[in-house]
Amino acid sequence: MLQEHVPDLGKFVEPDRVRREVYVDPRIFELEMQRIHERYWIYCGHESQVPKPGDYYTVQIGRQPMLMVRGRDGKVHVLYNRCPHRGNMMCGDRHGNAGEFFRCSYHAWTFQHDGALRSIPMMESGYAGTRYGKHNPDCSMKKAARVESYRGFVFASLAAEGPTLLEFLGESRIAFDDMCDRAPGGEVEIVPNCFRVVQHSNWKIFLENQLDALHPSVVHQSTGRAAMEVENLIRKQTGQAPLSYHMLSAFAAVTIEKWDGFQTLNYPYGHCILTGYMGLRPKDPDTLAYEKVMQKAYGKQRMEEILGVNIHHVLIYPGLSVQSALQQLRAVRPLGVDRTLTEIWHFRLKGAPEAIYRRSLAYYNLVNSPATLINADDLENFWKCHQGLSSDGGDWVSFGRHFGRDLEKPGRVETGPNMGTSEAPMRNQMKAWARYMRARA
Amino acid sequence: MKTQHQVEQFLYRQAELLDAKQWQQYIDLFTPDGVYWVPADPAHRTWEGMPAIFAEDRNLMTVRMKRVLHPDAWSQRPMWATNHVVSNVVIEKATAAGELHVRSRFHMLELRRDDVRHFAGSYRHRLKKTKDGYRIKLQRVDMTNAQAAYDYVLQVWV
Repeated sequence: MLQEHVPDLGKFVEPDRVRREVYVDPRIFELEMQRIHERYWIYCGHESQVPKPGDYYTVQIGRQPMLMVRGRDGKVHVLYNRCPHRGNMMCGDRHGNAGEFFRCSYHAWTFQHDGALRSIPMMESGYAGTRYGKHNPDCSMKKAARVESYRGFVFASLAAEGPTLLEFLGESRIAFDDMCDRAPGGEVEIVPNCFRVVQHSNWKIFLENQLDALHPSVVHQSTGRAAMEVENLIRKQTGQAPLSYHMLSAFAAVTIEKWDGFQTLNYPYGHCILTGYMGLRPKDPDTLAYEKVMQKAYGKQRMEEILGVNIHHVLIYPGLSVQSALQQLRAVRPLGVDRTLTEIWHFRLKGAPEAIYRRSLAYYNLVNSPATLINADDLENFWKCHQGLSSDGGDWVSFGRHFGRDLEKPGRVETGPNMGTSEAPMRNQMKAWARYMRARA
Repeated sequence: MKTQHQVEQFLYRQAELLDAKQWQQYIDLFTPDGVYWVPADPAHRTWEGMPAIFAEDRNLMTVRMKRVLHPDAWSQRPMWATNHVVSNVVIEKATAAGELHVRSRFHMLELRRDDVRHFAGSYRHRLKKTKDGYRIKLQRVDMTNAQAAYDYVLQVWV
């Protein structure tokens, strides 16, 4: 067994530091896929990605190639992308429509959208008296053990046992509430475009960076300053610069000291929330028009509650980073111990004015596109980080910033006052990681 | 024939400026309202209100330039270089407003540290004749591999 070759993982994680092998050892990576990604809830996609019966998207869960498909009964199913006959991949394209049913391109076995065997060519004469046929569940496409969705966001778990999706998400479900509530109708829909970027680093390095409040003023100073200079120039010429410049210049305007004023909230499954900083509620005509629509839909008090939610990032361990106020998310698909695919999507607030969509679109294009003005420097650091951790120059990764000063609250760990740059999220993620990895199937 | 030659020379010059990292001169090839656009999807007909890999007016291009020139743009530290080849230049039409619509093909090789990447596809230029020569109203870049997953990202214009 693979496990026997892996040293005692309990020794790899201490409260304020972690052994480097956790990031670079391929054997540990295999175990992570088994014990975390292929067991707990992984984000598959949004229901609006597959509006019509037969619509499908392929999605990787751990090492398993899966399909998210809309059935004729309107239900969304998640299946292994594999024909039970000879193991052929069923859908070779990233997304599309399967038609009335799935049909294998090798020997023409066909399956319903929920994976049930529909027909085999000359089934009667070919399989009479054998164990193969509709009565045998092994002749149907295998389903994910559990599929649940929350406010249109579909998750699957490949293990039959474990917490329900809502139990698993816990407080982190505010990512979806905050996003959807910002729509006057309480719903979002996908913009059918996925930016895909491969990082040459371990998947955990990305997750740790998402709530690392110290790094932006170091790593993104170049873009922040560049945007600030142009923003000032435009303001001088025309009186007002578009909000998109503010989104970028904030990376320089918010100094390390100011970042300490923010807070992270950390939860047992490894999820974390970073309180926001971008001031996305200016008093411009677009925002006021939007507020009018919102007030009509929700009433003044509820609207104030919704627009008062101040969240920058929600990290849903082990594979989803959500920016709810900007209606975008990054799904993390580990490809190998040193390669990680990010799939980046954004959403429209149903019923909100076009100008509000344009605002989140600007962020999507400038920050999250493959020509990103921000992530280029992150990915450079991730790669360098992975290179350094591959060396014998040291055994440990340290997470000591503000260690011992975290506030233990019922059900969560908060960073203390003026300790927003605390490495509490990394400590919390690794604590959760150690717990996931200890649990045997 | 003369116009064809002038347009080709202009496109070659543009490619040379990119390979020579002459960012400001590159930006100056655009009209004051000019736009550089790499659509997220070849079916897109406008850059406005659409997801895009690049959709930049001169102001945003200036942000990009200032970023790469900033001493703390960490991802600019490693050695990198590009080589553009532009070919198959076809003038599609001259509009009544005095614009030329030009399509061409390009191939860009990029070296970063020890890694080589290739980007190739088509350019569509809307060119305006000025006293200083041609200037770009709109440059649309459709990369054949725009839809593929990106190994790392793009930092400057293709």
